[in-house]
Amino acid sequence: MRVDEKPIYEGTFTVTGGNFDNAGEVSSNIKSVLKRMGLSRDVVRKASLVAYESEINIVSYARKGMIRLRVVPESILIEAIDEGQGIADIELAMQPGYSTATDKIREMGFGAGMGLCNIKSFSDTFLISSEVGKGTYLKMIIKTNNRSLNS
Amino acid sequence: MTLREIKELLDAEVLVGQNQLDKDVKSAFVADLMSDVLAFATSGSLLITGLTNPQVVRTADVLDIAAIIMGRGKKPSPETFQLAEELNIPIIATKYILFEISGRLYSKGIRGCIEKVGSK
Ligand SMILES: Nc1ncnc2c1ncn2[C@@H]1O[C@H](COP(=O)(O)OP(=O)(O)OP(=O)(O)O)[C@@H](O)[C@H]1O
Ligand SMILES: [Mg+2]
Repeated sequence: MRVDEKPIYEGTFTVTGGNFDNAGEVSSNIKSVLKRMGLSRDVVRKASLVAYESEINIVSYARKGMIRLRVVPESILIEAIDEGQGIADIELAMQPGYSTATDKIREMGFGAGMGLCNIKSFSDTFLISSEVGKGTYLKMIIKTNNRSLNS
Repeated sequence: MTLREIKELLDAEVLVGQNQLDKDVKSAFVADLMSDVLAFATSGSLLITGLTNPQVVRTADVLDIAAIIMGRGKKPSPETFQLAEELNIPIIATKYILFEISGRLYSKGIRGCIEKVGSK
């Protein structure tokens, strides 16, 4: 993605840590935004999946955060930025099956330790960085394979 | 198979999506772990689960799941019901256990949305 490129869509969505009742709402909104742009079903699905897993992680493990969405004709950029406990060992957190999920999180059907792996495998580019006690930053790019988008 | 036929087969109640009974499905995925659903379920499949919270509907929405089948006599919570109505995602509730649901559907030609992991 070129930095100077004018986006077709740009938006920031706030996510509140611990708010399990509304967890997933931001991703539903992101999905509707992308759907309206006339992107292919497959691309919309990948992007909303990546947003959803990121959102659930912020709700589950952080105090507060946001998801930033930026769409240009060739790609969708999704950033998940939070303020929270951060991740001490990223390599370990990326392992399928590794989870520190509480009972509350497991009740919702999360805590399989698959979220970050899913995010990585459904993104074309995936970047993660974190600082313990500060927060976590995820950057995902999904290619649109699309030239003519409705704005 | 249509949702109408599935309703009959599973002696089930269609709690949300009465207007979508003609929807046709060919595949299904069973899980109580949402990240497993997100990893493997394909769009247009049935999601067979014992979970009843709103995240089931969110997950189904993200994946364009055709319908949620809640087994073992589970019913959606009021929040789940409301969200499913809002997002227009059918919920079919049955007393059969998940194994029975799967077996009955399989015998009528419904297949897993993947057979094995790593064989997409
Ligand atoms: N934003 C975050 N802040 C702090 N820790 C995190 C964050 N995201 C993930 N983690 C840590 O990494 C672990 C693995 O995350 P991952 O999303 O892969 O699995 P999970 O959330 O435990 O289960 P699920 O399969 O439902 O996503 C978490 O259990 C948690 O310890
Ligand atoms: Mg997770």
